[in-house]
Amino acid sequence: MADIFPGPDIFPAGMLPSLVEMMAKIIFIFTMNMGVFAPLLGWVERKQSALMQDRIGANRADILGFTVFGLLHTLTDAIKLLTKEDFIPEGADRPLHYLAPFIAVVPALIAFAVIPFGGQYDLWGHKTNLVIADLDVGVLFVFAVASISTYGSVIAGWASNNNWSLLGGVRVAAQMLSYEVAMGLALVGIFMVYGTLRLTDIGVAQENFLHWGIFLQPLGFILFITCALAENKRTPFDIPEAESELIAGYFTEYSGLKFAMFWMAEFLEMVTISGVLVALFFGGWQIPFVSGAALARLFGFLGPNLAQVAVMLVHVAVFWAKILLWIFILMLIRWTLPRFRYDQVMKLGWKIILPLSLINILVTGLVMLLVK
Amino acid sequence: MKLNQYLPVLIMTLAAIGTAAGMILLTSIIGPKKKFDDKMEPFECGVSPIANPKSRFSVRFYIIAMLFILFDIEAVFLFPWAAVYRSLGMFGFAEMLVFIVVLGVGLGYIWKKGALEWE
Repeated sequence: MADIFPGPDIFPAGMLPSLVEMMAKIIFIFTMNMGVFAPLLGWVERKQSALMQDRIGANRADILGFTVFGLLHTLTDAIKLLTKEDFIPEGADRPLHYLAPFIAVVPALIAFAVIPFGGQYDLWGHKTNLVIADLDVGVLFVFAVASISTYGSVIAGWASNNNWSLLGGVRVAAQMLSYEVAMGLALVGIFMVYGTLRLTDIGVAQENFLHWGIFLQPLGFILFITCALAENKRTPFDIPEAESELIAGYFTEYSGLKFAMFWMAEFLEMVTISGVLVALFFGGWQIPFVSGAALARLFGFLGPNLAQVAVMLVHVAVFWAKILLWIFILMLIRWTLPRFRYDQVMKLGWKIILPLSLINILVTGLVMLLVK
Repeated sequence: MKLNQYLPVLIMTLAAIGTAAGMILLTSIIGPKKKFDDKMEPFECGVSPIANPKSRFSVRFYIIAMLFILFDIEAVFLFPWAAVYRSLGMFGFAEMLVFIVVLGVGLGYIWKKGALEWE
């Protein structure tokens, strides 16, 4: 990506393919997020919880008698939310009430930009790197962008002029801040091991199955996934929106599409968390014991260019399969564990995860020094 | 210098802003708008709210916010160190050992002071 606008030339040769590539990748990720994950994860959540609780789940909506496993409920939900009244309570801060869902959903849509969904391929002489923005700050970009969406929840709680909302908003602020510290420190170990923050380099370094992050940083993985669950605000960490205590927490006074935007942001965050988990700890687009070169030899009969295309498609498919598996696991956790008490959440963040992540950094440093 | 690697991020941000703004616009145009006094009240389990939400809340939340700023800045210092740790060797380890011990002492202090208790 770095060679777009490489010099003083306004239209250097070879810019057009890069531009086409960039737009194709942006459209692909945007379609995946807005067209596949945002609507379908609602259905997955309803069906999976039904399966886990021995119920039937969403299965009523139909077109001419076809229910398609309840998939049409995503359509009915969308139409229903679109035609609901946009309610703003008396005494609410109207501009902020409009701004809050906006701030919540925009970062969720762009955080995926640095996560590589495939490797580097040489297609007809054009180097293709399957990541939207190959930034050298990598994961820091995800942290920075994702933490902006915290403002959305806090502003929602403040702007609604409702006691439940305010309590939810204050809880979001405290919980997000506490776990953001621990989340950053939990990943320091993995950056030490790979010596970079760039996610594409980390993906390349995981070509060897035994060099996957999960084997090099097992404790870092456990700490990170705990923090990520807390940042996602879903059970067992859903105290900001605990329905039995706070009605719906910070979005109590939201309806229609504005409500749906908070909901969408939550699901898209789940996709991003799965993406970071896969990219850092589970080999990204790599297949265990099958290197890209071996795969290219397997598809060798297609000729060098088409073989690269085949390898690319396989890698992209593997990456999304891993993401789906992680979304399944995150949903499994959400429907298995009960909600923690507020003091338990804060205690876990400050008294257990934070010291453990500091110890993890020291032990990683020591081991790396000794092994070298 | 290499600002152009942020160009795709900019395009994606514009697309995201467009999508979000479009959704807010749609929902404020479509849908019924019926106002009456009882409905416009903030929700509170069916009774009229008696407490004003914009009043004071627990000081513990402010303490958490302060601790966050301290520890997050420490975390920022650790990232560049982690990226080049391999080439720093023993010197880098000793330096960071001191840094993390100081951090740990600070954490121990606020812990003993009871800043992390929520009763």
